Amino acid sequence: MLLSEMKEKQTATVVRVGGIGALRRRILEMGILKGTRIQVEKYAPLKDPVELIVKGYHVSLRVEEAAQITVENVK
Amino acid sequence: MIQKRLSIALAGNPNSGKTTIFNNITGTRQKVGNWPGVTVEKKEGNINKSGYDLKIIDLPGTYSLTPFSIEEIVARNFILDERPDVVIDIIDASNLERSLYLATQLREIDCKVLFALNMADVARTRGIKIDDKKLSELLAVPVVFTIGNKNKGINTLLKQAIELAESDYVIPEKRKVKYSKDIEDSISKIEHFIGNHAADSIPYNIRWTAIKLLEDDKIVKERVLEKTGKIGEDILREIHNQRNFLVDRFDDDPEIIMTDERYGFIAGIIMEVLTTSTKQRVDISRNVDLVLTNRFIGFPIFIFFIWAMFQLTFSLGAYPMDWISSGINLFSTLLAHVLPDNIFKDFLINGVIAGVGSVMIFLPNILILFFCIALFEDTGYMSRAAFLMDKIMHLIGLHGKSFIPMLMGFGCNVPAIMASRTLESEKDRTLTILITPFMSCSARLPVYIILAGAFFGAKAGTVIFGIYLLGIILSIITGRLFRSTLLRGDDAPFVMELPPYRIPMIKSLLIHMWDRSKLFLKKMGGYILAGSVVVWTLTAFPHNISYSKNYDLEIEQVKTYFQTEIEAAQESDKALLAQKLDVAVAELLTEKKAEKAEKSFMGRIGKVVAPIFSPIGIDWRGSVALLTGFVAKEIVVSTMGILYAADERENSEALKNALLSSGMTPIAALAMMVFVLLYMPCIATLAAIRRETASLKWMIFSISYSTLLAWGMAFLVYQGGTMIGV
Repeated sequence: MLLSEMKEKQTATVVRVGGIGALRRRILEMGILKGTRIQVEKYAPLKDPVELIVKGYHVSLRVEEAAQITVENVK
Repeated sequence: MIQKRLSIALAGNPNSGKTTIFNNITGTRQKVGNWPGVTVEKKEGNINKSGYDLKIIDLPGTYSLTPFSIEEIVARNFILDERPDVVIDIIDASNLERSLYLATQLREIDCKVLFALNMADVARTRGIKIDDKKLSELLAVPVVFTIGNKNKGINTLLKQAIELAESDYVIPEKRKVKYSKDIEDSISKIEHFIGNHAADSIPYNIRWTAIKLLEDDKIVKERVLEKTGKIGEDILREIHNQRNFLVDRFDDDPEIIMTDERYGFIAGIIMEVLTTSTKQRVDISRNVDLVLTNRFIGFPIFIFFIWAMFQLTFSLGAYPMDWISSGINLFSTLLAHVLPDNIFKDFLINGVIAGVGSVMIFLPNILILFFCIALFEDTGYMSRAAFLMDKIMHLIGLHGKSFIPMLMGFGCNVPAIMASRTLESEKDRTLTILITPFMSCSARLPVYIILAGAFFGAKAGTVIFGIYLLGIILSIITGRLFRSTLLRGDDAPFVMELPPYRIPMIKSLLIHMWDRSKLFLKKMGGYILAGSVVVWTLTAFPHNISYSKNYDLEIEQVKTYFQTEIEAAQESDKALLAQKLDVAVAELLTEKKAEKAEKSFMGRIGKVVAPIFSPIGIDWRGSVALLTGFVAKEIVVSTMGILYAADERENSEALKNALLSSGMTPIAALAMMVFVLLYMPCIATLAAIRRETASLKWMIFSISYSTLLAWGMAFLVYQGGTMIGV
């Protein structure tokens, strides 16, 4: 499943962070890595971007960026 | 006795409380400027502490030292090239895991690092307990707890920093991040290769250089090539081989694997030093956020905040603006009485004081605006505003945060352009700066009111609204155009932290506000003063004009004529005649002023450039008015008043009538409004563009682009309108 398909308040484990170059590395550096548990806190009123909770802090990604991240074990 | 100087750099993530600690250490003794060549704010301050002269440098807040953003490059280059005696890494204790990423990168560079575990109180209330001794032991770095906003632990922090600077302590190799075997093998191969061939010419720690080269770090690569010359090629070939090997081995780029492994190393540390109590507390910040970014009321609240900021800046700001304006007027009048009539007096009053006054008058606006922006930033609302607006702004190819500067543009472009500092990516910033002038500022409104009022009567409101709309539409088109041409590429990723809401410290807000306002006064002042002196010179000279008739004599004649009339007239008619006298004299004076303006250098220039403006329906008088509008757009109205020989005492009605009888058509008036909307920004705005883009090139580009666009659009309006016979 893709991170961008998750619903609000769901949690999941990151399987793979796709994408290329700087953006991909930036996402990794912010702590969104394979094996990291993430929670979708909410979507912005216009459905984009999405707010996540990772390693105890809140971070937002655009939906198109979230679509590069594969997750599993969605609860 | 000469005190020993030590330099201490503060590094840390954004929102880690770094600025608060910096403010606490340096107080008001700080210097704010830009890092050379870039528009990233540089702050430093000097203090005396235990017999040392400490220079504290606030590095830009970054999440990492991978040189992607300009902030990261600035921070890393400072540590590498300026070699501060100590780097203090300020860590948000409630966000330890992510903060340690930057910390591990700092430890890899050969510099003396000290950790400040900041906001320890917040962490504790969130049930997070950190074993500082263990952390210090595992990472082999001194650790100090601080509470920045309560000024706790700062003294200890500085003492430790001085101690560390004076020691010859280095982090033992075994405490550094160990990568997996294949990567470590590659690192040591590169280390050996460099050691054997070019050890003396590499300016940095060899292991660090090897790691960076393996990570394909463009900047380090260039440096190595620069320093080692021919051998550099060989080194890069070796790197290439090692990278290929690792890509084969891991099926991914080494830098990705290494990022992963750094976090692996951090996870190990976190396991040992961090305990989180399981009891769930009410997360106030999260609840606040559920309201402020709520699906239904998030936008209305946002619009309210923006509206309030606008009101405060421009409505509340109007009062002190009036006071300053009356103060300046009073001062001018006073000088006018005291000084003898001569060219120097004219220069002083109409050139210098008018010029400086036109800057001073913006100060209340600027102060209030920057206070509001500081409030948005320090509370954490700014990133929520970006979160809300990003979808819309992304359509123009911009970041959510671009919204604030663009909106402020409707008030005044100068603070708006300065507000673009909140954008992290340089391209986003440049793009925002380039399109902000199309937001029709309040100084342009008087021009529309006069023109639309005179020619469009009851439809004036609709026409003015249309002009504003045109500005917005052109900014969107320009934004998309530039994004796909000049400023193509890395549309900044929206990987943005949403920090917890915090109650801001008034001291920080005031320092923030004052720093930025001071910059405004210092830099803008010079440009505007110079500009207004030039315009004054052009309108005041040549001084001895041969008038077409002797106005002074005619005025005398009129006066004598009426005086005899008044004496001869009956009591009841005397007042009426006196009034007629005043009108006649005023008419002559206005005529004289108009002729003076026509024959001044400015008038002559206007006539020279008139052919350029005639295809868009603007005569030489309009051209001169537009030229003077370069100092400030509202001056267009007063220049038109002089040139169309409207009686100043009767205000705008007289000018409207004068315009109507001047042969100007409604379509020409519309073309002129379009031109005023779009043509080159006023001098203060240009100064801001020059400053905020740190480049003359962008300023000149902005002048050319906007003026050409203005001419083109006005041409379309005028010729098109004339053709269809409006």
